[in-house]
Amino acid sequence: MSLLTPERPEPAPTPPPTAAATSRFDLRRFGLAVAAPALAVVVALAVASIALLVSGSNPLTVYARMLEEGTTLRSALITVNNAVPLYLSGLAVALGFRMGLFNIGVEGQYQLAALLAAAAGAAVVLPGPLHLLFVVLVAMVVGAMWAGVAAVLKTTRGVSEVISTIMLNVIAGGIAAYLLSTYLQERVEGSNNSRTPRLDESARFPNLDPVLRAFGVEPPQGTRLGGFVLVAAVVGVVYWLLVSRSRFGFDLRATGLSPSASVASGVNAKRMTIVTMLMSGAIAGLVGLPQLVGSSYAYGLDFTSGLGFTGIGVALLGRGSPVGVAIGALLFAFLERSSATLQRIDVPTEIYVIMQGSIVLSVVVAYEAVRRIGVAQAERAVRRAVDPEVAA
Amino acid sequence: MRLAAVLTVASLGLMACGSSDDNDEAVEPGAASAAPASDLKVGLAYDVGGRGDRSFNDAAAAGLDKAVAELGIEKEELSPNASGSDRGDNLRSLAEGGFNPVIAVGFAYAESLEPVAADFPDTTFLIVDDASVKADNVKALLFAEEQGSFLVGAAAALKSKTGNVGYIGGVETPLLKKFQAGFTAGAKQVKADITVQAKYLSQPPDFSGFGSPDKGRETANGMYDSGADVIYAAAGGSGTGVFQAALANKTLAIGVDSDQYESVGDATLQPVILTSMLKRVDVAVFETLEKFANDEEIPAETVFDLEVDGVGYSESGGFVTDIKPQLEELKAKIIAGEITVPTTP
Repeated sequence: MSLLTPERPEPAPTPPPTAAATSRFDLRRFGLAVAAPALAVVVALAVASIALLVSGSNPLTVYARMLEEGTTLRSALITVNNAVPLYLSGLAVALGFRMGLFNIGVEGQYQLAALLAAAAGAAVVLPGPLHLLFVVLVAMVVGAMWAGVAAVLKTTRGVSEVISTIMLNVIAGGIAAYLLSTYLQERVEGSNNSRTPRLDESARFPNLDPVLRAFGVEPPQGTRLGGFVLVAAVVGVVYWLLVSRSRFGFDLRATGLSPSASVASGVNAKRMTIVTMLMSGAIAGLVGLPQLVGSSYAYGLDFTSGLGFTGIGVALLGRGSPVGVAIGALLFAFLERSSATLQRIDVPTEIYVIMQGSIVLSVVVAYEAVRRIGVAQAERAVRRAVDPEVAA
Repeated sequence: MRLAAVLTVASLGLMACGSSDDNDEAVEPGAASAAPASDLKVGLAYDVGGRGDRSFNDAAAAGLDKAVAELGIEKEELSPNASGSDRGDNLRSLAEGGFNPVIAVGFAYAESLEPVAADFPDTTFLIVDDASVKADNVKALLFAEEQGSFLVGAAAALKSKTGNVGYIGGVETPLLKKFQAGFTAGAKQVKADITVQAKYLSQPPDFSGFGSPDKGRETANGMYDSGADVIYAAAGGSGTGVFQAALANKTLAIGVDSDQYESVGDATLQPVILTSMLKRVDVAVFETLEKFANDEEIPAETVFDLEVDGVGYSESGGFVTDIKPQLEELKAKIIAGEITVPTTP
């Protein structure tokens, strides 16, 4: 679990009151914190380059094209839009990580939440913002409830949440498919799709095109900046306040670092588990909403799947910090977007999946390696301080 | 250079799974240069899985390759990413790139096609397996899968010794239920008291059931254990697992979409493939492109059924030669309207 514990880089070495040794030590820590992600990116690029060379392409031209096409305005907007659900998914997983809980059930939580929110939203008539709020609340409650099942199993029966959330994914999929093919389905003439009825205008989230235009940016035809990015930003801020600036967050991180120590100091571990899983599930419930209230306005067979699993990779990249998760989500969305570019230059699209996988893997390995170096350095520093002869 | 590379890969792929049927001729690597020049630029968007799935998408690819070879069209292909979140973006980028027509392979494109078609009124969009998008520039290519499934259902019943046959669908969607309905009706037509087991490998929106040979194998083993001796695998790439189970249990299986006796790519599995339900997406794609090239009118909906050989059964391997008269009789009855095949189980 040490891999999943928080990594807080010292922002800037504050001028130490005494020795220059302390200052050098801080600088070194800062260097280590930057070294890990840099190392990971280098390793991932190396792995992807090998794959590209084997498949007969020049990695440099491929990367150049990816950058060139990935930075057009359209690509940038699409990347941000696709990063929003990944970000929410990553946050849901990361919240559990901070406490040593592995919520693999985001996939099932968001699918079920999106379906029921879509159906509930289509079934009621409410004025403007209330309708939207209702849909969002239903999604969060459903996500939380579904994650709550795993939490209750863990606290009352000792079932590992890893096992139960994986199984709950399958059950959620079954329930969603059943409901979608029966009660919640709206038959559309000539369609092989099954989907819920479309949401009314009042439940749709406005896009941010007016904001873009206010800044003199004309969005390309048919591509808009989804408004849900604002919700994601709010969730990120709340997450940060909660985890880093509240009593609850302190208990959460303490429990993650040492469950026994935190229990001994009066933290109610069961309560913490349940509350954390509920919150993780509530965030997971939001994952499908950018699509539901932003573009498709219905849940159907063609609803985007797999975001919950990708979110695990994003959370690993983000190291539990909201900014880190945002960077991870943008990176993943950028790579996903590049799949179209790769196809256009006849490079196997699997390359982007290889890149995503190797980035996650090398980030995990790099952080562990850097952590050990840091520990070794700290030990050496202590030894030097205690016994100058050893150091010499 | 790029085109040549694509063609080489494509023809290799086609030769690997080349069909005995005359509509499936492998494209020779140099064929494009000899083909008549057409100024048609065709964009084709596959569904998840893309080219190389040995089933649905590959059938569309075969039709496109044939059009490249025989009509001399220019082509661009795109597959969505694994989560399917960029279907709409792909259609849009094809339309924007000046490709016309743009072909969307699979019903899952319907929702994302609607706004794109509205934004590009001068581009014609062809969509396979969906008739819900109503727009002047959207043309539907539909198939009577239940009719083809009816015939292979009849074949299964005629070949079954245990009076027990099975249906394995990839993903439980309305489209796959059409296959199931036809298969069951066909089997019961031949043997009214036959037992038909039916199972699906995954529940939408999890589409893994189309690409999980392991699930196919386990499910098929279960069905064979409970008495079935012929299983219809309407499960895309998972069908290979069903064939492996059939081989292990010394029973029979039925393929889907393309002639899987030819496309399975493993000679040891061929003897268990009784027949395949053919869904000629290749024919639909090619014929429609041909009409387009000749400036012929394309109807809003074209149904490829038994009558136009848009669906059917394969005879490779010769396992159904002895029952062909019965199958042809049923086929004639369906075409004449004497038998109406149900579309829901």
